[in-house]
Amino acid sequence: MSLLSAEKLTKTYRSGDIDVPALKGVDFSIEAAAFVAFVGPSGSGKSTLLNLIGCLDHPTSGTLKVLDTDIATLDRRAAARFRGEHIGFVFQDFNLIPVLTVFENVEYPLRMVQQWPAAKRRDQVLRLLDAVGMADQAHKRPDQISGGQKQRVAVARALVSDPKLVLADEPTANLDSETAHRVLELMKKMRDEFRTTFVFSTHDARIMGEAETIFTLEDGRLLNGGSHA
Amino acid sequence: MLDILGIASRNLLRYGRRTLLTLLLIVIGMVAVLLFIGVAGSFKSMMVGQITDSVLGHVQVHRKGYVASIDSLPLNLNMRPNMLAKIESELDGNPAIAAWSPRIKFGGMFSNFAETTSIRINGIDPAREATTVPLLSGRLQEGDKNAALVERGQIVIPLLLARGMKTQLGDTVVVVATNRDGSVNGKTFVVRGILESISGPGGRDGYIHIDDAREILRMTEDQVSEIVVRLKDFSQLNRVGGQIKAAVEGLTNKEGKPMLEVHEWTQLSPFANIAKMIDLMTLFIKIVLVSIVLVSVMNVMIMAVYERIREIGTIAAIGTPPSRILALFLAEGLMLGIAGTLAGIVLSLAGIYGINVWQPTFDFGMQKGLVMAPAIAAGDVLTIAGLVIAVAIIASLQPAWKASRMDPITALRHV
Repeated sequence: MSLLSAEKLTKTYRSGDIDVPALKGVDFSIEAAAFVAFVGPSGSGKSTLLNLIGCLDHPTSGTLKVLDTDIATLDRRAAARFRGEHIGFVFQDFNLIPVLTVFENVEYPLRMVQQWPAAKRRDQVLRLLDAVGMADQAHKRPDQISGGQKQRVAVARALVSDPKLVLADEPTANLDSETAHRVLELMKKMRDEFRTTFVFSTHDARIMGEAETIFTLEDGRLLNGGSHA
Repeated sequence: MLDILGIASRNLLRYGRRTLLTLLLIVIGMVAVLLFIGVAGSFKSMMVGQITDSVLGHVQVHRKGYVASIDSLPLNLNMRPNMLAKIESELDGNPAIAAWSPRIKFGGMFSNFAETTSIRINGIDPAREATTVPLLSGRLQEGDKNAALVERGQIVIPLLLARGMKTQLGDTVVVVATNRDGSVNGKTFVVRGILESISGPGGRDGYIHIDDAREILRMTEDQVSEIVVRLKDFSQLNRVGGQIKAAVEGLTNKEGKPMLEVHEWTQLSPFANIAKMIDLMTLFIKIVLVSIVLVSVMNVMIMAVYERIREIGTIAAIGTPPSRILALFLAEGLMLGIAGTLAGIVLSLAGIYGINVWQPTFDFGMQKGLVMAPAIAAGDVLTIAGLVIAVAIIASLQPAWKASRMDPITALRHV
C-alpha cells in the first residue's frame, strides 16, 4: 500500500477576480521509506504540492491521501494534530526558534505538540542529535551555529517524533553545494535508519540526483510518473 | 503550562528593551495609583475622622422631621422619654455600637453683660460625649483638654464668638433661651473653654451640661434633640447604620407612622461630597492605569506577533495546536502583567513607607500640622494587582488570537 497517493489533484488560487491554477490534475503515489524529489522551475507547483501533502492547505478538487487519510476531510485542528503525529517539516530557511537552544528546538515537537514525559523526551532528543552529529552543539542557540548545522538541527526536529513522512521544501536553497550534499546525505541516512519517507522539492540541478525517485512538475502538471534516478 | 511560561519568558527577554519599557509604564501606573490611593485615602480618613469624631459622630437619631428643620433647632421635635427608652434599648443591644450620646440643641442669646449675640447650644452628657466624639476636647484652643468638657454651670464657646465678644476663659456670661411654651429663661455660666471652630453643621456650637440645658428650657421630662452614635468599626457604617435604621425607624406612633429618623454622617455633612470626589478621582486614576496597561501591553504584543509571523507559521506547521499558540502569547501578556504588578507593589509600598518615615504635615481648616500618614489596605493592593493582570491578559487576547488563527502557509511566506 502506498504512503501517499494523489488522483486528479488540482489546486487553484484566486487572485482578485482571476483564478490561478497551481496544480492541474496531478496523479502520483509514493511508497513508504522512499526518498523522493519533486523538481521543476519556480512556479511549477512544487511548494503547493508539498503544502497539500503537509495538510497545510486543502485541494480544490481530486483526492490526496496521506497515510490513508483524505486530507480534504481534516479541519484546522485535526490537520494540526495529524501533522504533529505523522509529518515532519524541514524548511528552506531552517526556521529554528531563536530563543531556544539546539536541544530545545529539537525537543519542541515532543514538548509542545505531543507532550512526552521529560525523561523520554531527553533520550529521544539526544538520540536524534547524535544521529545528525549535533550532540556536542546541543546547548548552543541557532545564531551560534552555521547554516548547515541549522539544517541538521531542523532534520533532527523533523524526525524527533518518529513521523512516517518528512517534507522538505527547498531544504538546500540557502546552503552551499558541499553543505547541501551533506544535508541530503544526512536525510538519506536518516531514511535508512528510521525508515521514514522523505519528500523534498528542489529546482537545484546539483542535488536532484540525490533523490531515488524524481517527479518533474511544470506549470502545475506532472511530466513523468516518477522516474528512478 | 510551565513549558509555555518558560518559552514566554524567554520571548520577553529576547526583546529586553521593549519589555523593560512596557514594564516601566506598568510600574509607573501602579505606583501612581497605589500612592494616590494611600495619600488620598489618608487625607480622606483624617478629614472624615475630624468631622465624625469631633462633631457629628457616625450616625444620628432624631425625631422625624427634625433634620429638615434643623436650622431652627425646633424644640417641639425633641424626642420624648418613651422614645428614648426604646432607642436606648436598641442601641445598647447592638454589639457593633461603641458609644452613644444624647444632646439637647437649642438656639439662644449669649451675653457678656456688655454685648449680646445669638448662639447655638448643645446640652451634653460630658462623659458620654467624650466616648462618642473623642476628638471634641481636642478642639479646645483654651481650657483643660483632659478634664470633662463641661461641668454644671460651665460653658464652652466657639472661638469666633469668643473673639467677637472679647470673651475670655473664666468670664461669666449669660445664656437666655425661649422654651417650647414661649417662656424665656436665662442662666449664668463660667467660660470653661474656647473651642476651635470648624466648617460644617455643629462646627460653631457652644456646649453646656445637659442638665443646665433642661434647666434653661424648663423641661419637665428628659427630652433629647438628637442621639449621636459611634460605631466600633467605621468601615461597617452602611451595615450597622442599616441595622439602627431598621430598629429605630420601626418605632411608630398611634397612626402607624415612624416617629424617628436615622442619618449617617454622610447625609448630614457637605464634606461627604468631598469624600465622594476623592473616590471619584481614585476611580479616574484607576481608569488611567487601565488605559496605560491596555495600550502598552497591546502594543508590545501586537509587535511581538508581527515580528514572529514566520515563527508562528513554523510552530503551526509542525503541529502546535492553535490553543497552545494562543496560550503562548497570552502567557507573555500575563507575565508582563505579573512582573509589572509585583515591581509596582514593591515600589509603592516602599513609597508609602518612605512618606510615613518622612511624616509631611498639612493644614486642614483651623487644624495645623496634621501629619500625613498614608496607608493602603491589602484589599486595595490586591484589587489593583488583579485589575492590572486582568487588563494585561485582555490586551494580549487580540494579538494572541490573531497568532493562533494565522494560516501557516501565509505565515511561512512572510518576509
